[in-house]
Amino acid sequence: MSLVIQLENVSKSYRLGTIGGGTLRADFARWVAKLQGKTDPNLQIGQEHHARLMGQEFWALQDVNFEVKEGEILGIIGRNGAGKSTLLKILSRVTAPTKGEVRVKGRIASLLEVGTGFHPELTGRENIFLNGAILGMSKSEIRKKFDEIVAFSGVEEFIDTPVKRYSSGMFVRLAFAVAAHLEPEILIVDEVLAVGDAEFQKKCLGKMKDVATEGRTILFVSHNIEAIRRLCTRGIWLQGGTVHMDEDIGLVSEAYSNSMADQAPTVLRNRTLGLTLFDIRLCNRDGQPCSVFCPGDDLMIEISYDAETPISLPFFAIVVQSLKGSCFAANMLLDGHQPEVLQGKGRIGCLFRSLPLMPQNYRVQLAVRAKNGQDLIIDYQDVAFFAVSANLSDYGYQGKFMSLASEATAVVVPYEWHLPDGGIKPVALNRTTATFSNFIF
Amino acid sequence: MRPMTGWFDLHLSDLWRYRDLTMLFVWRDFVAQYKQTILGPLWHIIQPLFTTVLFTIIFGKLGKLPTDGLPPMLFYMAGITTWNYFAECLNRSSTTFILNAGIFGKVYFPRLCVPVSVVISNLIKFGIQFTLFLGFMAYFYAKGAPIHPNAVVLLTPVLVLIMAALGLGLGIIISSLTIRYRDLQVLIAFGVQLLMYCTPVIYPLSKIQTQYPQYLWLALANPMSAVVETFRYGFLGAGTYDVMNLLYSATATLIILFIGVLLFNHVERTFMDTV
Repeated sequence: MSLVIQLENVSKSYRLGTIGGGTLRADFARWVAKLQGKTDPNLQIGQEHHARLMGQEFWALQDVNFEVKEGEILGIIGRNGAGKSTLLKILSRVTAPTKGEVRVKGRIASLLEVGTGFHPELTGRENIFLNGAILGMSKSEIRKKFDEIVAFSGVEEFIDTPVKRYSSGMFVRLAFAVAAHLEPEILIVDEVLAVGDAEFQKKCLGKMKDVATEGRTILFVSHNIEAIRRLCTRGIWLQGGTVHMDEDIGLVSEAYSNSMADQAPTVLRNRTLGLTLFDIRLCNRDGQPCSVFCPGDDLMIEISYDAETPISLPFFAIVVQSLKGSCFAANMLLDGHQPEVLQGKGRIGCLFRSLPLMPQNYRVQLAVRAKNGQDLIIDYQDVAFFAVSANLSDYGYQGKFMSLASEATAVVVPYEWHLPDGGIKPVALNRTTATFSNFIF
Repeated sequence: MRPMTGWFDLHLSDLWRYRDLTMLFVWRDFVAQYKQTILGPLWHIIQPLFTTVLFTIIFGKLGKLPTDGLPPMLFYMAGITTWNYFAECLNRSSTTFILNAGIFGKVYFPRLCVPVSVVISNLIKFGIQFTLFLGFMAYFYAKGAPIHPNAVVLLTPVLVLIMAALGLGLGIIISSLTIRYRDLQVLIAFGVQLLMYCTPVIYPLSKIQTQYPQYLWLALANPMSAVVETFRYGFLGAGTYDVMNLLYSATATLIILFIGVLLFNHVERTFMDTV
């Protein structure tokens, strides 16, 4: 298979601080001074040393090398600021690299942001043509796909209404529909799956799979590691502007999930009330720190605290969230198990029994309040991340749509189907129960 | 496979590949501009008509500027029609980067599509105003005014081409520079107006020729001078027409356009980091 993308020592730098003088006069004065060998007249006194700092560069990407073969589905993961967006911008030719060379074969279409170039005054029909052309389609291509696009977006009735009267959901659906029907050799997808309702998201993932099976190359960037894991064959993990890992997607996503757990903020502090929380850990049943769980596992969240001044009736609230929202929570105000007073150093924990969670990524948010919620001591913030990972066939799932199950609701409880033929098909959250019930019936 | 470096890597073939997009931009400009207006494209007629009337009163009647013996209405209208086209091309293409930063930051397409579409969509407006001018010409001709259309009329497409290229060239130079120097945005607004007074729009070139011959070269250094005068000479039969002047205009335009495209291409590659 031939190479379609080749990056050689690609680096991108941004200058920190203000760029240039901003006005012609200042730049001209600087240029004249430079000719005369004097220092920059625009600098304030004592700023000479600062000048080097002003020109300081921030390398968003540094010596990035990789190749993508035709038909490969590459997942790109990394924390915020790792250089993912810069990389995609360079690949989609929005900006040029500072150093290095990018070679691309074939047409690239990027879904960096859907709906680019939509004009509010124009109708849906008119915008399909305009947007399609901006994304690189010719008029005849759009005409050929027009009906398909409209059907995919589900806004048939409003196709001749100006898009400024669309709901935001309709707008996004139409925009994505146009983008999804491009037929580029290389498709760049970034976070688009965060839009629309669950049904529409499923449609999008399905469309991407179609594109993939047609042998075209896809670069997929998302925070939804499960989605990446299912779609992609290979993963690149960017960290600090360099390629940290370039391996099979399974290895990369596992390593990344683990590191996410390590990198959560370790110390939360409220100076005025003198409360510090630190050493927040997720542990498994055996008390070992853990960041990847199986459905049905127990999850222990441990928090060390140091209260310099006594806090009366504090309450802790812990929320476990999937990417789509809250799954479940434990809140001392609601269950009434607040300690009388929190003073000195100590440890507090919360054990969630048999996680009813599907294979996805989750985060743990923590807040501390006091006096029935009036005093906000520490507001909700992410304190830990974990992933649930499983081979769903071990849990009673089967069939060709099994892989889509983890995209459905994050929380599931054990259930069983009682079928017309008298058969009972259980789906359980823990392997032993599943086998057990199979055994009995 | 293509590397992405070098000043002369112009990707002009890309521009051709995206011609559908350019035309859609033209169409969008035209359609979207007049949605929810009552008069719609009629504005293209109202604006030059009022300007002509105003100029006739102020410069013709009050200022008593000569008009090469032509009816003042026609004299000014010829100047305004041509000047407006150039000025609109310049004005609108000079904001290319600033106005489109949002869309440029998200998808790639040849950025030149935008200013080129501006020039084309202004051509439609020019067509409307030109028709208006022809109408007035016919009216004055029927009334027996001393106008003598001649073979120089055939140069009109060349004149339009020069105006378009000059407006585009200057416009994209300015739009490339505005990214760093926002001063130019302010400058361009009244700069174009000032430039009009340096061009024989409200006065004939012959006036400078007879009264201030020592400054004639300065007036002719402006590539638009020859264009406006030639246009007037062709349709109305009075004015200064010199092939050499026109050749100079064409050459200057080509150079400006070339510099513009070069600068524009250089800037478009990294402008997202500066804007």
